[in-house]
Amino acid sequence: MAAVAATNTTGARPERAGRRPPLAWLGTVPFLGYVGVFLLLPTAIVIWNSVRNTTGGFAFANLKVLGNSAVRTYFVGSVELSALSAVIGAVLGAILAYAIAAGNPDGIVRRISLAGSGVLAQFGGVTLAFAFFAALGPTSGFLLHASWYYDFPGGITLIYAYFQIPLMVLVFLPAVDGLKVQWREASESLGGSAWHYWRYVGGPLLAPAFIGATLLLFANALSAYATIQAWENQIAYTVPQQIYIAINSEVGLSNVNYADVLALGMVVLVAIIMTGYALLQRRAARWLR
Amino acid sequence: MAKLIAAAKAEGKLNVIALPPTWANYGNIIKDFTKKYGITVNSANPDGSSQDEVDAVKSENGTSKAPDVLDVGMAVALVSTSLFAPYKVSTWADIPAAQKDPAGLWYQDYGGYMSIGYNSAKFGTITSVSQLLGSKFKNAVALNGNPTEANAALNGVMMSNLAEGGTASSIAKGVAFFHKLKQVGNFNPVQATEATIKTGATPVVINWDYLNTATAVGQGSTWKVVVPSNAILGGYYAQAINKNAPDPAAARLWEEFLYSQAATGGQNLWLQGGARPVEMTAMTSAGTIDKMAAEALPPVSGTPVFLTPAQATGAATYLSANWAKAVS
Repeated sequence: MAAVAATNTTGARPERAGRRPPLAWLGTVPFLGYVGVFLLLPTAIVIWNSVRNTTGGFAFANLKVLGNSAVRTYFVGSVELSALSAVIGAVLGAILAYAIAAGNPDGIVRRISLAGSGVLAQFGGVTLAFAFFAALGPTSGFLLHASWYYDFPGGITLIYAYFQIPLMVLVFLPAVDGLKVQWREASESLGGSAWHYWRYVGGPLLAPAFIGATLLLFANALSAYATIQAWENQIAYTVPQQIYIAINSEVGLSNVNYADVLALGMVVLVAIIMTGYALLQRRAARWLR
Repeated sequence: MAKLIAAAKAEGKLNVIALPPTWANYGNIIKDFTKKYGITVNSANPDGSSQDEVDAVKSENGTSKAPDVLDVGMAVALVSTSLFAPYKVSTWADIPAAQKDPAGLWYQDYGGYMSIGYNSAKFGTITSVSQLLGSKFKNAVALNGNPTEANAALNGVMMSNLAEGGTASSIAKGVAFFHKLKQVGNFNPVQATEATIKTGATPVVINWDYLNTATAVGQGSTWKVVVPSNAILGGYYAQAINKNAPDPAAARLWEEFLYSQAATGGQNLWLQGGARPVEMTAMTSAGTIDKMAAEALPPVSGTPVFLTPAQATGAATYLSANWAKAVS
């Protein structure tokens, strides 16, 4: 998330860098400890358990289930839902962010939109699913017999958009605010049209932030579990739902190692996305130097 | 018995797990047990599954918080016997032989039949599963959970399977039925609870009859529960004692309470919650059964089917490969 808004200054180090007090690394201990306990350790446990069987022996064959067609549908479902809700959230959120940035920077509209986005971006889970259920669900009276409400990914994407759009506003607005009026004026005084401005100035400047924010939204949707489970729980469409079943099944299908294999698949998926993001970012960063 | 009561009172507490207060009258059973013996009941994770119970026994083994007693589905009970302590309640002889482990590691406690609960004001009278494909049931028909996870949902699909002419050995016709249900737009994938029934969000629920009748309380007379005559599918849960129970005497006293045939004992309390207690046959001939509660149960006419462990596993395996595909 920090990567989205951060403007990476790779200026020369201050001269005193070489004479740093030898204990300065101590300051990073809490951070490294935190990352170790809450990121690296769980990842290691997932990888370790995914290649073991229930009796504790090694079973690399576990990983084969990732090629299984039923398992593939969970990953396809997760990616479909995350991508769709991320793109919708990113496009609509970016337009909203641009509208907010274009308005009065101290105006009431901006303050309300930002405060509202801050609240709504955190609204999720059972409460959100229930709110939609009450407002749009089959019994709301609004859309009686609206079977599309339970279509995947249509119905659930609508619900996810509710928190994806405000989240996009929050993470994308700083980038839009960074566009200087003078750049537009410079483009116009050189005879550039609006299209030229967005094609050669605004677009390239915002692209890294936009793509970064979209990937953040994608990851946000990928890991969401409570909202979709409250929306419906009789069919597993996504990987987190299937992980729940692999852990909790009382009809004899519970298998913790299988859950770990699925989690490992998620880790790989996120790793691929983050690598792509890093490569993009490196290329895009040339514009910012 | 007096010695057991004294020992249990000395322990002073009992840890139970995954007993929802509205499930088979457990709310009152726990209250009455505490009132009778002055033993505090710590009820952990009331909405947990059978698997959660066994997991808690393993993960909290040796602590004072570990569950003392379990109430689990047969699939879980049969593979977890190494965790149980054998015990035979004083009414042991009245439990039918097929419904208990000869050594007393587990013993079935209560059960019922798969049923269709529905709002009769909206739908009239339902007598068969195939009726649910009709056009007035748009978005109406819900299961109690995902059949690859929840036992009640798996049995719901199995009931439809029997109604469609399938056998207990293959659940394929049940899955095909839900595929049809989804195609005509009648399948409702939301988790059915008392709240969703009350608001009308799940006007038709396929579930155990005792759960469907329990939710009927407070619904007025329009909530009806029917066990389809061509698909009588029974299922029982089982009791077991954790072999490393932190409160071993209280655990045994709890079992004695649950299997007591007294008017205020566990067997009749379960019956009042709409569940059929395992000693019902013996109690009916002895005249100790609560007649009013027995008559309030949905009538069942015909020979019930009970899944063998192999049939249940076969159904689960088939569902794990085909369920999501059929209904999404």
